[in-house]
Amino acid sequence: MSISLEEVLNISHLARLHVDEEQARQYAADLSKILAWVQQMNQVDTREVVPMAHPLDVVQRLREDKVTETDQREKFQTIAPRTDKGLYLVPKVIE
Amino acid sequence: MIRWEAVIGLEIHVQLATQSKIFSAASTAFGAEPNTQACAVDLGLPGVLPVLNLEAVRMAVMFGLAIDATIAQHSVFARKNYFYPDLPKGYQISQYELPIVEHGRLEITLDDGVQKVIGITRAHLEEDAGKSLHEEFDEFTGVDLNRAGTPLIEVVSEPDMRSAKEAILYMKKIHSIVRYLGISDGNMQEGSFRCDANVSIRPAGDAGYGTRTEIKNLNSFRFVERAIDFEIGRQTAVLEDGGEIAQETRLYDDVTGETRSMRSKEEANDYRYFPDPDLLPVVIPQDMVEAIRGQLPELPSEKATRFCTQYGLDAHDAETLATSRELAEYFEHTARHTDAKAKLVVNWITGELSAALNQDHIEITESPVSSTMLAGLLNRIEDGTISGKIAKDVFRSMWTGEGDADTIIESRGLRQITDDSEIERLVDQVLQDNPEQVEQFRSGKDKVFGFFVGRVMKLSQGKANPKQVNGLLRKKLK
Repeated sequence: MSISLEEVLNISHLARLHVDEEQARQYAADLSKILAWVQQMNQVDTREVVPMAHPLDVVQRLREDKVTETDQREKFQTIAPRTDKGLYLVPKVIE
Repeated sequence: MIRWEAVIGLEIHVQLATQSKIFSAASTAFGAEPNTQACAVDLGLPGVLPVLNLEAVRMAVMFGLAIDATIAQHSVFARKNYFYPDLPKGYQISQYELPIVEHGRLEITLDDGVQKVIGITRAHLEEDAGKSLHEEFDEFTGVDLNRAGTPLIEVVSEPDMRSAKEAILYMKKIHSIVRYLGISDGNMQEGSFRCDANVSIRPAGDAGYGTRTEIKNLNSFRFVERAIDFEIGRQTAVLEDGGEIAQETRLYDDVTGETRSMRSKEEANDYRYFPDPDLLPVVIPQDMVEAIRGQLPELPSEKATRFCTQYGLDAHDAETLATSRELAEYFEHTARHTDAKAKLVVNWITGELSAALNQDHIEITESPVSSTMLAGLLNRIEDGTISGKIAKDVFRSMWTGEGDADTIIESRGLRQITDDSEIERLVDQVLQDNPEQVEQFRSGKDKVFGFFVGRVMKLSQGKANPKQVNGLLRKKLK
C-alpha cells in the first residue's frame, strides 16, 4: 500500500495546506510507510474486537435543553476583519 | 422503444424543535437579528468544546421509533470536512459510521389504494450550517451564523420510489410524522424541512441502477415534484439520444422549472469523515428508549385506522384527516358534538372549511369557525332546520364573525319551511304561473320537472324543504 504524490497534493489542497513538491514527496514516502504498517496490523484477527471510537472509555454526558448564552455579537465582531448590518463579510463566494 | 423507470431516493433534513442548539446553549429561535444567536461554540472560536443536547437525542430516538427503526445503543459523531464561509469550523459535526437511527420503514398509500413500503436507510443527528447572503453586497458575501449549530436529523431513504408522486407521498408522510411527534415545526418556508432528491432512470424491469444525479435544497412539495419530473424527462432525453448521464449535483430553478448543473468541483464528496475527538460515543440505554416509546403519541397511520373503525370513514377520508394532528383533532371534536354522520363532517371539513382556510391563507388552528361552531351548524342540517344549501350561507356568515349558527339562522330568518300547507301554496303559485311548462310535462317531457323545483325553491328564497317540494310537485302534476 502506497500513497502517490498526486494524492498528497490533493489532500493538502482539500485541507487548504500549502505543501511544496519537495515536501509532498517526503510526505508521500512517510505516509506510505504508515499505511504499510497499518496494513501489517490488518492481518491481526479483530473480529471479536469492538472498534474504538474514542481513546477514553467513558460516555458522552448530555446537556439539558436550556438557552443560557446571551448575545455577544459586538464583542465577537471586534475581531472580524469586516462586518456590516450585523453580518460577517467575506470575499464573494458564488456557487 | 425502451420504457424507462425512474429510481428515486430522498434525503430529508428536518430541523429539530429544541430551544437551544445541538452543541451549544445559544437559542435556535427563527428570525433574530443576524449573529445575535451565534455563540463562541457556534463560531468555532479556539478552545471551545461541543456539549450534546439531550433533547436532540430524545427527538431523534422518537423519530426512529415512529418509523420502526433500530435505535443504536452506541452512536458516534464524525467530522465532515469542507470549506465554506457559513461553516466556521471547517467541518460539520455529523454522523457517519454509527448513526443513531437505522433500518426504518414507512408505508405510503398510492392513488389506487395500494400500500407501498419505503425503506429508510438511516437517520442521523447533525448540526446545520449558517446562511450566506450573496445578493446584498457587491464584492462580499454576508454570513449570518444564527442557524449554525441548529440540530437536524437527516433522513435517508432507500431508492424505493418510482415516480415524483411517490416521492411526494413519502415526503408528506415524514412531514406529518415529525409534526405529530412535535419534534419539528416542519416549516418549509423557514427551511425547517428541506429535501435533496437522488434521481436516476433505467429500462423498466432492470435490476441495476442508472447513473444518478442529486438535486439539492428543495424546500416545497411542489418544487420536489416538478424538479423530479423535469429530471426524469431530461435524463430520458439524454439517454434516448445515445448520451450518458453525468453523476453530478444539480440545482432546481423555480422560475424556469428546470434543473441545472452546479459548477462541478473535483473535490466534491470527498469529506474525509473521521470520528470527532471532541465528542465521546453516545450511549442510549434501553430503558431510555422504552420510556420514550411510552410517550409516543398516536401516529398518523394508527389514527387513520382508528378513524375507519370508530367513525366508519373510508380509507381515503381517514388518511386525509390524519395527515395533520390539528386537522384530526378538529374532526374528532366536531364529530363528538354533532349528531350528523361522520361522512357529512368530513365533507364539510375537506370542502367548505378547507376552501375558506386556503382562501384566507390561515391554519386550521386559526379558523374563525371553531369545531364547536361547525358542529352546531351540522346539527341544524341534521334536524332539518336548514338545508345544506342554506347551511353554506350560514357558514360564510359564521366565518365573517356574525355569531354561531343558531344566532344567524334566527336573526336572518333562514329556518327551513317544512309546513306542508305553506309549501303547497308555493307549488300552486308556480304551477299557475307556468301553464305552458305544465302542459309540456303532462305531454311527457319529464325534464321540465327540474324547472318547477327550481322555481319553487327560488320563490321560497331557498328555504323550502326540497324533499317536500319534490313530493308535492309529483302529486300535483299527476
